[in-house]
Amino acid sequence: MGKSNQNIKLEDMSREDDKPLTTLKVEELMDLPGPFEEKGITPLSDEVREKYEAALDDTVAISIPKPETPEEEKALVEKFLSGLEKLFQKENNWTFLQPLLLSMEHCAKCQTCNDACHIYEATGENDLYRPTYRSEIMRRLYFKYVKKGGLLSQWQRGDVDINWKTVARLAELSYRCNLCRRCAQTCPIGVDNGLIAHELRKLFSQEMGISAKEIHDNGSMLQLKVGSSTGMNAEVVKDNIEFIDEDTEDMTGIKVETPWDKEGADVLLIHNAGEIMAWPENPGAFALILQEAGVSWTLSSEAAAYDGINYGLWYDDLQLARVAIKHAQAAKKLGVKKIVIGECGHANKALTVIADRVLAGDLNVRRENAMTLLEDIVMSDRLKLDPSRNDFPVTLHDPCNLVRLMGVVEPQRKILRKIAPKFREMYPHGVDNYCCGGGSGFAIMSGHNFEEWRHHVPGRKKMEQILNAFEDCRGAETNKYVCAPCSNCKGQIRDILSYYDLFEKEKILYGGLVELIVNAMVDAKPDFLKWEWH
Amino acid sequence: MVPVLYVVFYVAAVVFLIACVARYLMYARTPVHLRWELYPVPHEPPDKAEHGGSYFEEVDWWEKEHKSNMAGEAVAMLTEILFLKALYEHNRTLWYSSFPFHFGLYLLIGAGGLLILGALVSLVSEAALAGGFGVALHWGYTALGAVGLALSLLGALGLLVKRTTDRTLRQYSNFGDYFNLLFFIVTFGVLGAAHLVGGEGYYGPLAAMIGIVTFNTAMPMTPLFTAGLVLLAALVAYIPLTHMSHFIGKYFTYHSIRWGDEANQQGSKIDQRVQEALAYKPTWAAAHMKTDGTRTWVDAALINPTDEEG
Repeated sequence: MGKSNQNIKLEDMSREDDKPLTTLKVEELMDLPGPFEEKGITPLSDEVREKYEAALDDTVAISIPKPETPEEEKALVEKFLSGLEKLFQKENNWTFLQPLLLSMEHCAKCQTCNDACHIYEATGENDLYRPTYRSEIMRRLYFKYVKKGGLLSQWQRGDVDINWKTVARLAELSYRCNLCRRCAQTCPIGVDNGLIAHELRKLFSQEMGISAKEIHDNGSMLQLKVGSSTGMNAEVVKDNIEFIDEDTEDMTGIKVETPWDKEGADVLLIHNAGEIMAWPENPGAFALILQEAGVSWTLSSEAAAYDGINYGLWYDDLQLARVAIKHAQAAKKLGVKKIVIGECGHANKALTVIADRVLAGDLNVRRENAMTLLEDIVMSDRLKLDPSRNDFPVTLHDPCNLVRLMGVVEPQRKILRKIAPKFREMYPHGVDNYCCGGGSGFAIMSGHNFEEWRHHVPGRKKMEQILNAFEDCRGAETNKYVCAPCSNCKGQIRDILSYYDLFEKEKILYGGLVELIVNAMVDAKPDFLKWEWH
Repeated sequence: MVPVLYVVFYVAAVVFLIACVARYLMYARTPVHLRWELYPVPHEPPDKAEHGGSYFEEVDWWEKEHKSNMAGEAVAMLTEILFLKALYEHNRTLWYSSFPFHFGLYLLIGAGGLLILGALVSLVSEAALAGGFGVALHWGYTALGAVGLALSLLGALGLLVKRTTDRTLRQYSNFGDYFNLLFFIVTFGVLGAAHLVGGEGYYGPLAAMIGIVTFNTAMPMTPLFTAGLVLLAALVAYIPLTHMSHFIGKYFTYHSIRWGDEANQQGSKIDQRVQEALAYKPTWAAAHMKTDGTRTWVDAALINPTDEEG
């Protein structure tokens, strides 16, 4: 008898009823190197199912209110089709037109990509979560409504019925992918299911104003309005950094002073401001390292420039451009030699790689990631480091944005090999890594029961990897450290460790790279790392 | 019948060329796109390519000379084109059918090339085909053609069986997918059978090619061979109209996207193309976009959509 999750057909997307296409059962999920007692995902309440479109699966990511009339549904479908057409027009989508066209036209439906997807694997190979499922729906819509294919095209490419439920399910399904592009890496032709999910998100945001509240209203919009998605304005962020400097001095015995708006500095450092709120030891450690290494650096108090996040990367090209431009303008205003982005994968990729073809002319300021600067500092012995202070098992989580999508693989490893004698890789790693499960905004999305879905499904593979990396030292007797040089990854790893109680049971702590460097600094008081859950 | 066959062949060749050029232009004429590379990128120097690293691993990377490792890229291209490396690594069971199918096609293209060469030589000197060159040519196209036909036929049959018996492949397959494979199987089957059966009026593939090139309407053809050639012509014309034209698409997916890591420099050609794209006037309808069709992309990007909020 087959699994219950292997009977979902492409045409099910157009079912007009409200019944979810799948319900995940814990016993059908991928096994974890347990033992763990899993409660499963709490069912959505009747109230939520009544109010929002929830006909896809067990959860709701973007809370689309149900239309009240058939006319309203029809108007929404028409809007969707209008947006679909715009995705294939150069005036509207020059940014990704060529990659999208290629991914529409050339899929051989060989299904090679499925096995690369951690979400598909984690769900026990549930049909709905195949990377090809949403792509095939999108492809059929493209041939039918954009290329206006008739019967011959349907015969050749397949058909799909469109109604409001198709659209609503597709919107939710675009938020069941971490956009890690591991599947794209395996495609013999170069078709990119991650890109298709990304473009779908764009269609919903840019044409229909539908997106995840956490990444739009409380994310990019708040950043553009106040200066940071954390809600901190310049005064608040300065105050917080002042406190962090004081704490860092207390913890290390070294006086730290973070420079603000220093014109002509070599480096404008841009953190993910979430660090300042959730993991203040990270910006504190950065400040100490740069200061002690004699780097000429500064932070900027310009709105948006003290927060490196750029959530537009995941769902909206113009929002991405708006934030990237603000980052570049702040650097230009200060006349710094370069921007260095802190430990945040998506911020690095957004500003360094993706915005490279948005920042035209003199806005194209030099930008690099913090890993290389840190490598330069550590490997050139500008700091006195004692690796024995890090004499505990350490593994490295590779943020997808840094490795597979930017090719920054070795600098962080060189540092760890030098300062962490018990460093061990998780497998696979580097450009073949698995997403933490928090990528593409998931780490900050927690509406309804989405957080539980995130723990059970996208985070599952990473948890398996972490536990396997510490296979030789399981249990609560040995302190262990997951180094995750990315704010979103850290948030997700924190959440899965907490959900499965792995700090108590296994003494697995997580944190960034700079914390380990400071922990090894001879001139600082020992025990910068606190083995306390945070 | 024979003149019609020749016309079908010429028309098929023209359709193939026009469809290929049109598809190439459809991709080539798109505006510059945002960078979307995937690592490893094989034209990075070997010390970086081996772990999938990029020039972003260097401090002040823009000050360093970034040498492209063309040998690395060539090896990656050849192993992918000739041996379908990605499929071998990530979907071995499908590779067992897909590799012989594709490699067989390459051999058949090689055989076709030799036949065209022979036909052209015959235009200059028929005697040349009677000597050692002719013998070598005969064995060349016969070997390539026979092995190629057998491999492709077996591969296509294997793909058809896989697509029919595998639950997932079946779920994602349309009538067109089966038709495509059957088209290859029938065409190659008929051509192979015509060659094996021979019979009166069958003078082999070189004679047919000479007939096509010289438009020799007196050239005898057997009905089975004629049917095979008509099917072949139709197949050649059909391929670029379908997703099977991925031999064009892959050039872009690899060189322009996966390996497209060229950095934008002020005043560069990319910078110029970006400036052109920034002047487009989008018409996205969501309120925060501020794109009503009168404003350029860059002007919309310079707007803070929260400014008008209370």
